[in-house]
Amino acid sequence: MSDHAHAAAQHLETSTGLDSRKLAIWTFIGSECLFFATLISNYLVHKQTWLTGPGPFPHEEWVSPAGQHFEPIIEIPLVTLGTALLLFSSLFVVLALANAQRGNRNGLLLWLGMTIMCGLFFVGMQVYEFTHFVHKGLTLKTNLFGASFFTLTGFHGTHVTLGVIWLITLWIEAVRGRIPPAKSLNLEIAALYWHFVDVVWIVIFPVVYLIK
Amino acid sequence: MDAHAPPTPAAHEPEHPSAVVYVKIGVVLFVLTALEVGLYEFTYGGHAGAGGAALQPFFVPVLLLMSAAKFALVAMFYMHLKQDNRLFTGVFVFPLIIATVIILALIVLEAYHFAFARSG
Repeated sequence: MSDHAHAAAQHLETSTGLDSRKLAIWTFIGSECLFFATLISNYLVHKQTWLTGPGPFPHEEWVSPAGQHFEPIIEIPLVTLGTALLLFSSLFVVLALANAQRGNRNGLLLWLGMTIMCGLFFVGMQVYEFTHFVHKGLTLKTNLFGASFFTLTGFHGTHVTLGVIWLITLWIEAVRGRIPPAKSLNLEIAALYWHFVDVVWIVIFPVVYLIK
Repeated sequence: MDAHAPPTPAAHEPEHPSAVVYVKIGVVLFVLTALEVGLYEFTYGGHAGAGGAALQPFFVPVLLLMSAAKFALVAMFYMHLKQDNRLFTGVFVFPLIIATVIILALIVLEAYHFAFARSG
């Protein structure tokens, strides 16, 4: 085999010359873009619509024709904190990946642990928010805003929860010394998923919480 | 090293940014988020004064621009699209364009529907 043919054979270990697992996660992320686009469109179309139940709620104070009083219940400071922590978790996971690629196990465990903590806080924030909303009268059945809001943010929260579980399994693997630099791609794939969950929230946060 | 040994997947990986670059991007993301919330506070929130009404026409476009900037920074630097193979960018950006078109089309359709319903 000539040098050129040998070099080509080395480069084309897959038909694309790229790792198939990485291409698969990017394809999955591409399909997830369409999934969240439908949920965001659904929210935008229905957020000003209330065929039954309370009206412009929960962004604004509202009194129903029957005299029932509804307070605005969106808590911007709490959600901003959750957003900031999700952004920081994206930073932490790339730092964990950089440490994994350098073979620094302690750095990997530290930054991956911090990422998991941020993810857990975000999930906790969302559980608190949902419980608070239900107690204030906003449920899936209250109005179209409630239905589209809980569907959109609930699916995102489910993605965060799955990401946290994935990262915890990788942290346990790292504790056992099973993520050497040669296997850092396992963490990179999980990190790509985690960053995607973050960029989806970057869109959801202003669209749902800041734009009335 | 054996010259005929098959390369590991990492051998084809381009150089990723340094930790310093990651931290700088993190600071920019944090500042942009603070600006988003600040803009909300001074336009509609507790600190909205007389200038709040003047900011309202710019609120949504500026917020969407900042959101797009954050999205692009995470995708380019944290997801390594700036350094990685262009095929990954294509696999991500093509559905993203379709997703954006779907959202815009439904908003326009709904706005038209409401305008039509109001005019009778």
